Formats: sequence, structure tokens, C-alpha cells
Amino acid sequence: MAGILVYSNKGTLALELLNAAAALARVNSQGIKAVSINNSGMAADLAARGAEVYALDNEALLPADTAAIAESLRQLAEQLDVSIVLLSSDRRGKELAGRLAQIWRAGCLTDVKGLQSENGALLCIRNVLGGATVATQQIVNDRQVIALSPGAFAPAGELDGGIINPAVVEIKPSALKLLEVREKAGDSVDIEAADILVVVGQGVENQQDLSLIQQIAKALGAEVACSKPVASDKKWLGEERIVGLSGKICKPQLALILGVSGQVQFTVGIREAGTIVSINSDEKAFMNSMADYVLVADLKDVIPELAKQLA
Amino acid sequence: MMNIVVAMKQIPDLRQIRIRNGQPVLEDVPLTFGNIDKNALEAGVQLKEALGGKVMVVAVGSEALEDTVKEALAAGADEAYLVLDGKLENSDSARSAELIARIIKGIENVDLILFGEGSGDNYSGQVGSRVAGMLELPQASYVRSIEVNGNKATVVRSLEDCEEVLEMEMPLVLSVLADINEPRIPSVSQILKAGKKPREILDIEVPEGVQVKTISNLAPQMQRKQTSVESAQELIQVLAAEGYKGVK
Repeated sequence: MAGILVYSNKGTLALELLNAAAALARVNSQGIKAVSINNSGMAADLAARGAEVYALDNEALLPADTAAIAESLRQLAEQLDVSIVLLSSDRRGKELAGRLAQIWRAGCLTDVKGLQSENGALLCIRNVLGGATVATQQIVNDRQVIALSPGAFAPAGELDGGIINPAVVEIKPSALKLLEVREKAGDSVDIEAADILVVVGQGVENQQDLSLIQQIAKALGAEVACSKPVASDKKWLGEERIVGLSGKICKPQLALILGVSGQVQFTVGIREAGTIVSINSDEKAFMNSMADYVLVADLKDVIPELAKQLA
Repeated sequence: MMNIVVAMKQIPDLRQIRIRNGQPVLEDVPLTFGNIDKNALEAGVQLKEALGGKVMVVAVGSEALEDTVKEALAAGADEAYLVLDGKLENSDSARSAELIARIIKGIENVDLILFGEGSGDNYSGQVGSRVAGMLELPQASYVRSIEVNGNKATVVRSLEDCEEVLEMEMPLVLSVLADINEPRIPSVSQILKAGKKPREILDIEVPEGVQVKTISNLAPQMQRKQTSVESAQELIQVLAAEGYKGVK
């Protein structure tokens, strides 16, 4: 297999990519090529995992300027003669993936959650049809840009033999001006990292019940999450708590799901949970068919009861 | 006055897809536009209403698109440019992007090209970035607000952990988030008028072959216990038996 180049602007994700690349090349991460951009800390971290790091130091290169980052990676991919570029499938990486693929004339897949190598072909596993199905897909081009979902691979461990090389690319002056970087409104909860989630759906009818739900979550050591309409339409909770295709794909050990009907756009975000509990007044809710434990009951009664029992 | 292109993708109505023997059943599933594409259209229509100009829908797909596009014309688009070909029923991002870029190159003085952050069915989010790359235009994705001043746009890009406020010169390519707006529901008279709005079917040859081959596409196997419990108390007992923290 020809060379692999990895890049993410987030340190932990770059280490995951390094591990994925090593698995693909059937070697350890020694000698896997990795790019860092204006980030000497990340360059050192990657090198400490055995990577052959190419450090770009160019203040004119803004991470916000997707066109310039894509052009830089294209030039490096050509200089280093690689055939596969692995990116992180976070928002930054997904935006970058299509642009890099286009200007490097590569085939591309994003949101890839698994890789398999079969008879020399590299197979990518990803959700399609809004999460209703899981497809195994192959990029038939020689050049491939693959963006891997955060958390799909463990980060690479420490390894000797890493090296940092300076890298140089030519870019045009940026066409955009970054006026401000600000924190997102709302809290900075990370529902993907939670071991236990209590998920609020539209079947929870009274907003007052949220405080009881928070008590339940606290007792369980859980975070509160929700289906999309609860955040986007009802505005009861922040967008960062949405589970599903347009929110977060979560794999908690336990998911306690309150009043979610279970459309695939939601279930894709929770179906890999260890244990799923569905509490729903509708016996026929699709969510129940995906649950380990099903309680068919009126949420108005169950929520206070659970809060009381767990207190 | 702005010339705004909104690129939209015709997809099967995801709520109506059923699974049979592990395979998705797509026959007789009605076609529609992706939800986030409708947000992109609404963003374009709102800018046009504020600043004047024209909203043009660009889409490529199977022949049924000629009918599907009426949804967009009813929801405020002024005209549509389409490439229709049966081969496009199962296309990939690279080919769709190439066709969309070729259509846009044929439209004069485009200021803004809008996409949804991802299509409803595949959600790979590539096409907008590919089109921007092909047209060599600046771009931003995950945009949750757009303000236009003269030939500049101020956009807010929402990342996982922060927001960036960017000033960009037009023409440019933006992919918007679902939270940018609430798409309007067209009235009956708008739906009736949509049929009379101009739709141009372009004679652009669709390249053979795709870059992504699908080896298999199956519903995930779900093996869950599906055990019924009768009360909150019993639920707590079974969870305690499984050893969950906080459950006594």
C-alpha cells in the first residue's frame, strides 16, 4: 500500500487517525506521515507516537480558511507521494475533505466509522439513508480522502522513532477575514463522552418535568440528552445535547430514553449503546423494538416515580 | 440585487423507507428534497426578500426531479436549472458536484451559492466543498447566520466547540446548518404558481462511472432483549442487577 498522510487540527483526533493509518498499513505508527499546521505541541505529540511529522509553520495559514488548508494538504500529498489522506470527520475535517478531494482529484468518503482491508481493496463502513442502513463502500480511485468519525479508532500509543521535518507550501493570501472566535452559547456538555445518558423525547410533555429528569440524571451519574425537536423546536435544551444524525452519535453504556418514538435519524445516534431502556406511553413506539428494557407507561407518572426511587 | 444559487438534492422520503430482509425497500417511496436543503433554500429566499434579486435552484437527479423541483419553486425559488438522467438515481458526490459546478458556470453573475450541510440520505457533506473547489471560490460550512453588506458577507460558522465570525468576499459557497431558519410552508396559491415558474432542463452529458462503489447496504442487526418491565421500581431493580452506578 502506498503512503498514507494523516491530518486533523484537533490533537486527540490526529492520534486516532495515526492509529487507523498504522492498522491499514499493517505496521505500527512508525513512519506514518502526519501533518501539523502551526502547532508545535501537536507535532511533538505525533512524533512521540512514532510518526514522521511534517510541520507547517506559516502564520498566513488560517485553519478557518478551508481553501488554503486543502491546498496545503494537496501540495504535501503530492510532495510526499501518498495515495491516501485520512482526515477527522468532525465539522472542520468534513468541510475540508470534499475540497481536498476535488483539487487533488481523489475519491472521498466521510463519516467513516470502520475500515477493512480485503484482497487489497480498502473498504469503508458508514451509515447511509439517514442512518437506516450501514453501507460498506469502496473508493475506486487511486487517490482517496477518507474522513474518520471521532472515536471510531483508539488514539495511537507512545512509540519511538518519530521525527519532525519542516514542511513548506505555497499559498495565496487568504480571501477571508476571521473577525472573531467566540464560545458557543449554552453549556459545553459533551454527551458523547457520557457513560450514561437520560434522553428526553417529545413524549415528555411538561417542561417542569425537566428538573425531575435532571435529578434522575444526577442520581445515575448521567448527562441529559434529547431528540432533535426537543432542542430545535421546543428549545428546552441546547443543540449540543441532540442525539442523532444531525446531533451526536453516542455510545453510552446505558441510555434511558424517555418518550422518543424512534425514527432512524434519532436511533442512529444511540443504537450502539450498551443497554437501552425505552419508556413510552405508546406500546408500538419503534424505540421499544430497539430496547433491552421497555416500560409502557405514562411519563407524567413515571418521571416523578423514578426521581423519588433514585433519590 | 443578489443572484443566489441554491443546490438541492432529490432523495427518497426517509420516513417512508422500510426494511425487508435487512435490505432497504426504496420502490414506491416518494421523492422529496433533503430537510437541510430546505433550510438552504429558505436562507436564499430570505436574503432575496431583504436585498432583492433572484433565487435559482440547481439540482441533478433522475427524471422525477422535474416534478420534485416544484416543491422548491413553491417555497420561494424563482427558477430552476436541472440535469435529468436515470443514471443519477445512484450517483456519487464527485459526479453530482461536477454537474452542479457545470450548471453554475453557465449562470451569469452568481453572488452566493448555498448548500445544506449534508444531504438527507448520504449526509457526507462533500458536494458543497467540491463545487467550491472546482469553481475556486472561498467557502464556509456549518453556517448558522449570513449577513450581506455590499459585496461582502459576514457569516457565523458553528463548530463543535466554538463559533467563528468570518468576513468573506462574494462570490462564495456556503453550506448552512438546519438551525439557520425555519423553512416556510408554501400556500396553496404558491404551489399552484410553482408549476408556471421557469424550469430549464440542461443538455449536459452525465459522465459514466462513479468513484465510490457500494459493496453492501444493510440494516444494522439489532439484538436487544426487549424485556418488558411493569413499573419504575422494577426497572430500577433490573438496572441495579446489571450493576449500574447510582442504581440501588
